[in-house]
Amino acid sequence: MTGHDHDHDHEPITNGGEPLAAARVRALAGVLVEKGVLTREDLRRRMDWLVSRSPSDGARLVARAWVDPEFKQRLLADAREAALELDLDPGPSPVVVALENTEDVHHMVVCTLCSCYPKALLGPPPDWYKSLPYRSRAVSDPRGVLREFGVELGDDVDVRVVDSTADIRYLVIPCRPAGSEAMPEGELAPLVTRDSMIGVGQPVVASGPSPGR
Amino acid sequence: MNGGMERAVHDRGGWPTGEPIDRAEHDLADWEVLMDSIVGTLGANGTMNTDELRRGIEGMPPAEYEHASYYERWLFSVEKVLTEKGVLAPGELDA
Amino acid sequence: MTYAVGQRVRVSARSHEGHHRTPGYVKGQAGTISRVHAAYPNPETRAYGATGLPEQQLYLIALASDTKNHVYVDVFGHWLEEAK
Repeated sequence: MTGHDHDHDHEPITNGGEPLAAARVRALAGVLVEKGVLTREDLRRRMDWLVSRSPSDGARLVARAWVDPEFKQRLLADAREAALELDLDPGPSPVVVALENTEDVHHMVVCTLCSCYPKALLGPPPDWYKSLPYRSRAVSDPRGVLREFGVELGDDVDVRVVDSTADIRYLVIPCRPAGSEAMPEGELAPLVTRDSMIGVGQPVVASGPSPGR
Repeated sequence: MNGGMERAVHDRGGWPTGEPIDRAEHDLADWEVLMDSIVGTLGANGTMNTDELRRGIEGMPPAEYEHASYYERWLFSVEKVLTEKGVLAPGELDA
Repeated sequence: MTYAVGQRVRVSARSHEGHHRTPGYVKGQAGTISRVHAAYPNPETRAYGATGLPEQQLYLIALASDTKNHVYVDVFGHWLEEAK
């Protein structure tokens, strides 16, 4: 086992700050288009899709679940269908499973083998999620990892680390913040951070309903 | 945590490390978005599937795996697998 | 062999040449079936250009733990054995 486990780019920089791989990827695309394996339009569509993904979609699922207990049950039963209900795109993964945090249970998601992540609902995963230290320590030292992310949980809270090794993508439903009970759904979604839906953060603390609402 | 069993380089759960998690994030560069889209398109049209992508990545020499960035690993794998399948000629991208 | 929620199982400690999705830290571990997922194409064969059929049952396993930290991991049925 080596100790040099991080994923920084060690290649010489060229082409205005891009790694050598950049030109090679463009060459790959060009060759595949020339050979008719795919088209520029295929690539354009997929690139547009990827850059359109953001955690605000996942946050809408969570906010709706917080205000609507029956929706929450549907979300827990089948997160793909629940996303479609809100006209959200759950992505190509066959199944998304929502994991509910409570006062007693805190979920945290990792893919120790690679980087599996519900990117349709959260956008592309952050670098740290794909990093070797996160992948190794999430399962062996979850509370240490949480502490690094600023999350301290009581000793009585059950921490459940979920390693998504196969076709299932997992999304955490964080606990609704104290003080947010009077807030309407539209004001709750912005409180739901991407990290809280991975399970390494908590939603933003609510400051109560906006004046005039 | 692994009972002394030999591990492949990608199999990181419980891998001993004292390294803190670097939380710095970067927006995906254009070439990374392109690489992601190449893989997505190849998957959608049946040329190369996700399991082949992962298998190709896992076949990287361990030191290369650990030093490569995320999408550099994808590039390695796609070149390897597409060359196996005869979609790319060996060394075709070097030209 | 299929398993039900709550059933005690053990993950095989066998070695496997080539692509597979059972992490090393899980092999040989005891656990309980937490969820029964659907069946999915077998990544072990699909990774080499085969169809991955027949599909294999996937389960979410709660690894045994005597602390308040638990690891849950998706494991295919053909990696599981009944625990005694």
